[in-house]
Amino acid sequence: MSLQRGLGWLAVAGLAAGIVMALGVAPREATQGNVQRIMYVHVPAILVAYLAFAVVLVASVIYLWRRVDGADRLAHASAEVGVVFTGINIATGSIWGKPTWGTWWTWDARLTSVCIMFVIYLGYLLLRAMIEDRERAARFAAVLGIVAALDIPLVHFSVSWWRTLHQPSTLLRPGRAPMDPTFVVALTINLVAFALLYAYFLARRARLLKREQEVLA
Amino acid sequence: MIYARRAWIVLWKDLLSERRSKETLNALFFFALLLLFLFQFALGADRERLVAALPGLLWLGFILSGLVGLGRAFLAERENDCWEGLLLAPGDKSAIYLGKVAGNLLLMLLVAAILLVLFAVFFNLDLGAHLLPLAPVIGLGTIGFAAVGTLFGAMTAHVRARELLFPVLLLPVQVPVLLGAVKATEAVLLGEPLAAVGHWLGLLAAADVIYLTAGILTFDAVLEA
Repeated sequence: MSLQRGLGWLAVAGLAAGIVMALGVAPREATQGNVQRIMYVHVPAILVAYLAFAVVLVASVIYLWRRVDGADRLAHASAEVGVVFTGINIATGSIWGKPTWGTWWTWDARLTSVCIMFVIYLGYLLLRAMIEDRERAARFAAVLGIVAALDIPLVHFSVSWWRTLHQPSTLLRPGRAPMDPTFVVALTINLVAFALLYAYFLARRARLLKREQEVLA
Repeated sequence: MIYARRAWIVLWKDLLSERRSKETLNALFFFALLLLFLFQFALGADRERLVAALPGLLWLGFILSGLVGLGRAFLAERENDCWEGLLLAPGDKSAIYLGKVAGNLLLMLLVAAILLVLFAVFFNLDLGAHLLPLAPVIGLGTIGFAAVGTLFGAMTAHVRARELLFPVLLLPVQVPVLLGAVKATEAVLLGEPLAAVGHWLGLLAAADVIYLTAGILTFDAVLEA
């Protein structure tokens, strides 16, 4: 209980530090101007979403193997938070894209594959919502959670061969990141803050699911 | 050996019931014909535009027919209360899955053949020149589609909104297969050698292996009562 609360306050502190860094300390980007500051939300959101879907995969495997309800609740909660963070990533990307590329949306590789991932996990939540029997919902969702995660790399490669416009990843590049160290610090602090927020949401949502099951049992 | 035989029995049962009723294939034939009319009306009589859109249309036809066909994969078991029969079958349940995949694969390939002939007749597609290089593309694409479609079909058989949920789950997962198949078909119809789209064929093959493996490993969990 108090552990979760502590995690929540940690996330709040992290987000506050992240906002100060992103809006105050980090310099204005030379070519894009202030609109670049949205990256401090945009990039951490998708990285944490990937983490969330990886957790769904691991929890799904554990559920099918061991049939522990806790793993199922963890997968369910993680998928929900992952979908929310993916949504935040797509929305902030659109807001950034309008002044920068002149369009809200374009069928570029990275955008398309994130969008497909978003739809796949929306389907995952839909499948869960549509099955009344809890045990059956858990089994089917676990199967889908595994297939979906295995599909993500396939989607990524197929879509990027299909077309590309998005700038290459700035952080996950071999060698030194080609930017002012302050940018990196601001981005890292926001990434940690988002990860804390994810952990907090995950813990709260999983506990809520547990309470729901106890009431219905 | 026994494993293969069990898969074969499931396949044989489905083929036999389809041969005697012919309902799925007949319905899919008319469905394919209607799709052709739709494509024609949507695109108009412009030859150039039709030729440019042909690979996409062809796979759109396969996919839409597949959604109709694969969604029915476990309908017979559900409607005739034979689900317990599948459950009580001895041994590894993944044999049932593979048998079902094989049956769906045959059905989809038949539909693909029908669609190709219809395209050749209605849209002046030169089949003779392209059939040989098209075969591996259609084969690889259809395997992936049948592998996931069978797994999801078994899942959604028990869900209230089956007709809605099945395509909603299947289509986004099948994006890699669809893209690879359309791109490879495009190249083939332009007369390029298959080697030019080797990476796409590789991706399709990788997808097929991943989907089939996932299906074999998880089908047991789907089948449980």
